[in-house]
Amino acid sequence: MKLVTAIIKPFKLDEVREALSALGVQGITVTEVKGFGRQKGHTELYRGAEYVVDFLPKAKIEAAVADELVERVIETIEAAARTGKIGDGKIFVHAIEQAVRIRTGETGLDAL
Amino acid sequence: MRVPFRMPAWMPVMLWGLLAPVAALAVDGATDAATMSKGDVAWMLTSTVLVVAMTVPGLALFYGGLVRARNMLSVLMQVFVVFSLIVVLWSVYGYSLAFTGTGPFLGGFEKLFLSGVTIDTVAETFSAGVVLPEYVFVGFQATFAGITCALIVGSFAERMKFPAVLAFAVLWFTFGYLPVAHMVWYGEGLLFKDGALDFAGGTVVHINAGVAGLVGAWMVGKRLGHGREAMPPHSLPLTMVGASLLWVGWFGFNGGSALEAGPTAALAVLNTLFATAAAALSWITGEAFTKGKASMLGAASGAVAGLVAVTPAAGSVGPMGAIVIGLVAGIACLWGVSGLKRMLGADDALDVFGVHGLGGIVGALLTGVFTAPGLGGTGGADFAIASQLFIQAKGVLITIAWSGGVSLIAYKLVDLIIGLRVSEDEERIGLDIVAHGESAYAK
Repeated sequence: MKLVTAIIKPFKLDEVREALSALGVQGITVTEVKGFGRQKGHTELYRGAEYVVDFLPKAKIEAAVADELVERVIETIEAAARTGKIGDGKIFVHAIEQAVRIRTGETGLDAL
Repeated sequence: MRVPFRMPAWMPVMLWGLLAPVAALAVDGATDAATMSKGDVAWMLTSTVLVVAMTVPGLALFYGGLVRARNMLSVLMQVFVVFSLIVVLWSVYGYSLAFTGTGPFLGGFEKLFLSGVTIDTVAETFSAGVVLPEYVFVGFQATFAGITCALIVGSFAERMKFPAVLAFAVLWFTFGYLPVAHMVWYGEGLLFKDGALDFAGGTVVHINAGVAGLVGAWMVGKRLGHGREAMPPHSLPLTMVGASLLWVGWFGFNGGSALEAGPTAALAVLNTLFATAAAALSWITGEAFTKGKASMLGAASGAVAGLVAVTPAAGSVGPMGAIVIGLVAGIACLWGVSGLKRMLGADDALDVFGVHGLGGIVGALLTGVFTAPGLGGTGGADFAIASQLFIQAKGVLITIAWSGGVSLIAYKLVDLIIGLRVSEDEERIGLDIVAHGESAYAK
């Protein structure tokens, strides 16, 4: 089991969610985050005070998937989230040691 | 079904009987011909209410939106409570010290606890023989004292102890506000006798509060992280709401300062409309040129700058003069919150000096210019710009010196007894939790 984490542009969230759904990924967790890589921020001006805002709003999607599905999940997210411009985001994959469905107590792949 | 009204015979007799005593009211020993107009009273009561709205929630929201979320309630609280406290103190001794007596600097205690002020006593207006119920005047002026003291809290926002704020407000109200109000607005007052023109309080309210704020910002010190950490406003929509309420309420602030519902009030209202609009426009134009974008905060701030600047001028300059005053104030105060602010070096958090102090100075001086009949003002044929400017400048300097001196002593005293500033940890947590045990916004 792997945890696929994707940091994407917020407006791409719906597209990615639908694409993952079509792939058979049952559930995802979404967090609003902020960050930056190579994409530049912007300047805000309040009376005489100027602030450079480096952090940009992003959406983080986490999905626990079976090992066999990981490659296709990565391709799917890439395709749905890509705009071709700087700031599209990144995908990370972690190994999951254990997973449990709280309602039933199922573990492992049955929990996904 | 409408029934036609036929006046019973006793009604005119009763009406005459009721009105006769009003017509016969004595005015501080003046003639029996004193008249009281329902229109004047209605307008003045309305104006009083408008000035209350300017403070709560107008000023409260204008300031509140500008601070960080963790300090929102502390700003709302300081404005609300200072206003309430000062208004009560006004009734106890403020009115008496400001508007009685024969001294040039301060009045006496003859009207302590409003003694002698009853439903029958009257206050004069600017027209000979025209009076208002004294209660109306007491109330109207109370709101002015309240908002002036509430203005100051913007300077030391986000780091001053709540009891210290209140203690300072009481001291400054007593020794800073009352003498200046007496000097400028009371017949025996030093600056009134000089002929200083301050229709609704450019000196008494704005320069007075602006200087007190600046001194406070210096003495309490800069906020933690100032200049390094980002401290953007947490709710500019609320700031805009506050600024809008300030504008609407200010029609009462300036219009009511005419003390009658007549041509002068109309002029004051008109000037309050035009100067404010002009200042908003000139501020954002200045912004567009210097920073590339016109901002909402700029428009709101510009409007307030215009309101401040037209305050001393509202009843004596013409509409075109008001527009010029607004245009100048917008640019001047834009500099006041940027270049001048950097020069002064204090962390005047909400730009009380930059907008109210500087705007008041600009307005007070330009009042001396645009009251000239040749420039559309209501000045008499013998009005001389140069000499009036000198009188205006004198008033400005006296106010700055007085307010500065009193503030310095008051802050120092409060610091010694209570301590002005919260601890670093408390400042990081935020005053809402630390001083009031509340959070403005549930997470």
